[in-house]
Amino acid sequence: MHTLTVSELAAGLRARKFSSLDLTLHFLGRIERLGPELNAFVTVTADRALTDARAADEALAKGEGGPLTGVPVAHKDIFCTDGIRTTCSSKMLSSFVAPYDATVVSRWRAAGTVLLGKTNMDEFAMGSSNETSFFGPVRNPWDHKRVPGGSSGGSAAAVAACIAPAATGTDTGGSIRQPAALTNLTGIKPTYGRVSRYGMIAFASSLDQAGVLARSAEDAALLLEAMSGFDPNDSTSVDRPVPNYAAELNQPLKGLRVGIIREFFGEGLDPAVEKCVRAAIGLLQQEGAVIKDVSLPSLPLSVPTYYVVAPAECSSNLSRFDGVRFGHRCEQPKDLLDLYQRSRGEGFGAEVKRRIMTGTYVLSAGYYDAYYLQAQKCRALIASDFARAFNDVDVVLSPTAPTAAFELGAKTSDPIAMYLNDIYSIAANLAGLPGISIPCGFVNEGGKDLPVGLQLVGPHFGESRLLSVSHQYQRHTDWHKRIAPGYA
Amino acid sequence: MSLTRTQVEGIAHLARLEITEAQMPVYVESLSRIIEFVEQLAAADTAGVEPMAHPLADQVQRLRPDAVSETDQREKFQQNAPSVAAGLYLVPKVIE
Amino acid sequence: MNWETVIGLEIHAQLATRSKIFSGSATAYGAEPNTQANLVDLGYPGVLPVLNGEAVRMAIRFAVATGSKISRRSIFARKNYFYPDLPKGYQISQYERPVVENGSLEIVLEDGTRKTIGITRAHLEEDAGKSLHEDFHGLSGIDLNRAGTPLLEIVSEPDMRSAKEAIAYLKKIHTLVRYLEICDGNMQEGSFRCDANVSVRPVGQAEFGTRAEIKNVNSFRFVERAINYEVERQIELLEGGGKVKQETRLYDADKGETRSMRSKEEANDYRYFPDPDLLPLVIDEATIEQVRATMPELPDEKAARFVRDHGLSEYDAGVLTSSRELAGYYETVVRKLGGHAKLAANWVMGDLSGALNKDALDIGQSRVSADAFAGLLARIQDNTISGKIAKEVFEAMWSDGKGADEIIEAKGLRQITDTSAIESAIDDVMAKNPGQLADYRSGKDKLFGFFVGQVMKATGGKANPAQLNDLLKRKLAG
Repeated sequence: MHTLTVSELAAGLRARKFSSLDLTLHFLGRIERLGPELNAFVTVTADRALTDARAADEALAKGEGGPLTGVPVAHKDIFCTDGIRTTCSSKMLSSFVAPYDATVVSRWRAAGTVLLGKTNMDEFAMGSSNETSFFGPVRNPWDHKRVPGGSSGGSAAAVAACIAPAATGTDTGGSIRQPAALTNLTGIKPTYGRVSRYGMIAFASSLDQAGVLARSAEDAALLLEAMSGFDPNDSTSVDRPVPNYAAELNQPLKGLRVGIIREFFGEGLDPAVEKCVRAAIGLLQQEGAVIKDVSLPSLPLSVPTYYVVAPAECSSNLSRFDGVRFGHRCEQPKDLLDLYQRSRGEGFGAEVKRRIMTGTYVLSAGYYDAYYLQAQKCRALIASDFARAFNDVDVVLSPTAPTAAFELGAKTSDPIAMYLNDIYSIAANLAGLPGISIPCGFVNEGGKDLPVGLQLVGPHFGESRLLSVSHQYQRHTDWHKRIAPGYA
Repeated sequence: MSLTRTQVEGIAHLARLEITEAQMPVYVESLSRIIEFVEQLAAADTAGVEPMAHPLADQVQRLRPDAVSETDQREKFQQNAPSVAAGLYLVPKVIE
Repeated sequence: MNWETVIGLEIHAQLATRSKIFSGSATAYGAEPNTQANLVDLGYPGVLPVLNGEAVRMAIRFAVATGSKISRRSIFARKNYFYPDLPKGYQISQYERPVVENGSLEIVLEDGTRKTIGITRAHLEEDAGKSLHEDFHGLSGIDLNRAGTPLLEIVSEPDMRSAKEAIAYLKKIHTLVRYLEICDGNMQEGSFRCDANVSVRPVGQAEFGTRAEIKNVNSFRFVERAINYEVERQIELLEGGGKVKQETRLYDADKGETRSMRSKEEANDYRYFPDPDLLPLVIDEATIEQVRATMPELPDEKAARFVRDHGLSEYDAGVLTSSRELAGYYETVVRKLGGHAKLAANWVMGDLSGALNKDALDIGQSRVSADAFAGLLARIQDNTISGKIAKEVFEAMWSDGKGADEIIEAKGLRQITDTSAIESAIDDVMAKNPGQLADYRSGKDKLFGFFVGQVMKATGGKANPAQLNDLLKRKLAG
């Protein structure tokens, strides 16, 4: 049951092959058994899941409900859930109970999904390996010695290990796509503004987007549609109709113009990873896609640009955690300054503090123009490079990450090495573009097969195309069907 | 550019973060490296480029009608508060 | 040495919207602590601001009224600092691109001189909450009801040269925002607040001296006192060889002095940057035209009309237009009275204003309505009562709320206009005062007043004064 995709589960539920309660109990059982070794969940919401499942079964019995009714899911613990602990994997919020639902949460709930729990993540989504979590690192189901990627590492591990059929993620610089690549999932980050950010605890407001981690493009299409759309509570949400993604999955590959990003096949790319991606390009070409070489000369600026813009916004976004209205408060503050400094010093982990300080510095008097403003200009250069490229091609293609999953601890002492892990994914966030990562093969390291992902990026609101290209690719391949040993 | 310890202390103060004595050198070192890393942006030719604050350039601010849509939920909201009395959030004495 | 004072004002006007600038919480004053603070106002994780359109329209009204430029594209920025009454750790404000720029206002000083004061900018921002310092075992309590209330911060050029000019400007803005109905102007409740930037320089020196910023002074009188105190302090300091420190100072109304604010002492680095949660505010021509079409008559226009059409003096017109309600009252009286503007103006500025002041009431709370007040003046106009009797009638109207006619009838105050009745009263007085009569007739003209008084006394003050004058003159002449 657990290896079925969301579409298969939904069909089974509607055909009454199994009830949502059966399904939910099955997944709760797997979470109990396999969850701890992966550390994928921060909070398991068993009671809530059973209540949701019973309600779904009632709806299904009456012939009501939509394509997701009764399907169990997990939310990254960055989404506020009314009455349920919402921690952002931080000590700061380790006992915070959100008094409201994020729009993504209420939309999926309205679609009839069953909430299994809240997944582990890098603290405040700041990380690429899920090692900055206050609740400890998440392990990659393909090799427990390795990271699942981050920051949506808990969601990725849970879905990859089939202990949840699908999960939400958020992506500020690659936090959906990179863990999807490292755990053999399909992960989509839609266009900025496509999905409401209301109730999603902000890391970098102009970059953050919610999205989906699933086991196929078809699942991702169903789930993305259910969370997308205009929200009056988010000024940056775009008022534009949501396509029926699932109905548009069969656009042909023939004639599709695919741009291969020259700058993303250079130094730093693991040759074994490159080989998988090149093979995938060959397949697309074989199916009639037109492959073009494209150059986006400003792309090498993306990582440094990101590491100015994102910390700047985070330094301000995280100022609200001051020990006054919610969150961690130090013991017996001797005065106001002490309350702030110790509550924040104790409540935030090392990487979060590092980013807050980086952001504080680049915004401070005398440095603003040289760093923040210059980064905003570089951001404009990167965005216009993409805009130019999309005059000639429909999508651009690259590896999602330069290497397969690395070992726990390998990069924790070197922030720059960790940051460079997002080298191929960051640019889409800077330009607000939709991106998807899909499985495209395996490399073997230390006797273990490790998944490799390829990334497609499209023009603004080009999700439908990304999903259909992915779906067509997945019709011709079965990489995405492989499940980590021991979890099938 | 390398940051000095004094600079990092100043940043930590602005950001209201307590950094322990033992951790301070670690932050001086890593922040210096990050700042050095992002300094490569200075070499980019951005003459005449309009800074980009927002990913979708054609979007403008939507206006909300002036209507009261909220009811009092103080009790619920204050369940997360570390210290309250008489409906107020308590903090060490504010000195003006 | 002769010193010149230089003053610029930053006025915070709370906009009279129903809901907050970025949330749907109510803005009503005086609610129980934190009952009007929703998740957005509390800065809860994950929440986002959505801009109140009415606040924007109010800013446009102000811009139109002050001939300011309306930015077609303005930007909200975050001003970052930690303070317990600032829930998010930043205030959403406007920095580099405010919604209103480059306006001006003409003020009239007591001696009639006119002066134009530049308005540098006005921008939209959110108010902070309040720290309450009553003792909670050595702690402060934070009430965030006010957090997120829309403010229009109006920044003047440093164009004022005395406390008097500053007050004239402040009052003018105060009048204007109430005319525009964008702010209730209540200084006690903090809806209209003022910070003053004050410096001095030797007369003739071009560059400005170092300024001190005096924070949140909550009445016109205190603003004047605070500025005067600060000017004296700075001059004394400079003449003693010292230097003025650029700092924020707080006015202590009890001691009548300004003092340095400890909490603001450290140099602030606000790290302004565009708020990524809000998009550029774009104001199109149609919106501006809509606002323009609904603009009320402004105080200066109204005053000019009173001078032109009502024949009032500029001074009177200025006083009557100092608030929209007062001008409205006056105009109702004139309309009901069918003219006689000067009579109406004198009475509104005289007895009516006196009574309001005495009872500390606003014109809106007057115990005598404009209709009733016109009724009283009509009786002066048609000679039913004299002006003197009218004062008595007005007092009765004020205290028991009855109409003028009712009081006149009940108290029998109708004026005596019957010539024979007045003549007989005069005859009586002359008969009773033969000595004074003889003196008068031998040339002591001053005694005329004595006879007037005696006749008035005899008639209970009801004799028509003009008639009495004529008849008395004739009779005394023999």
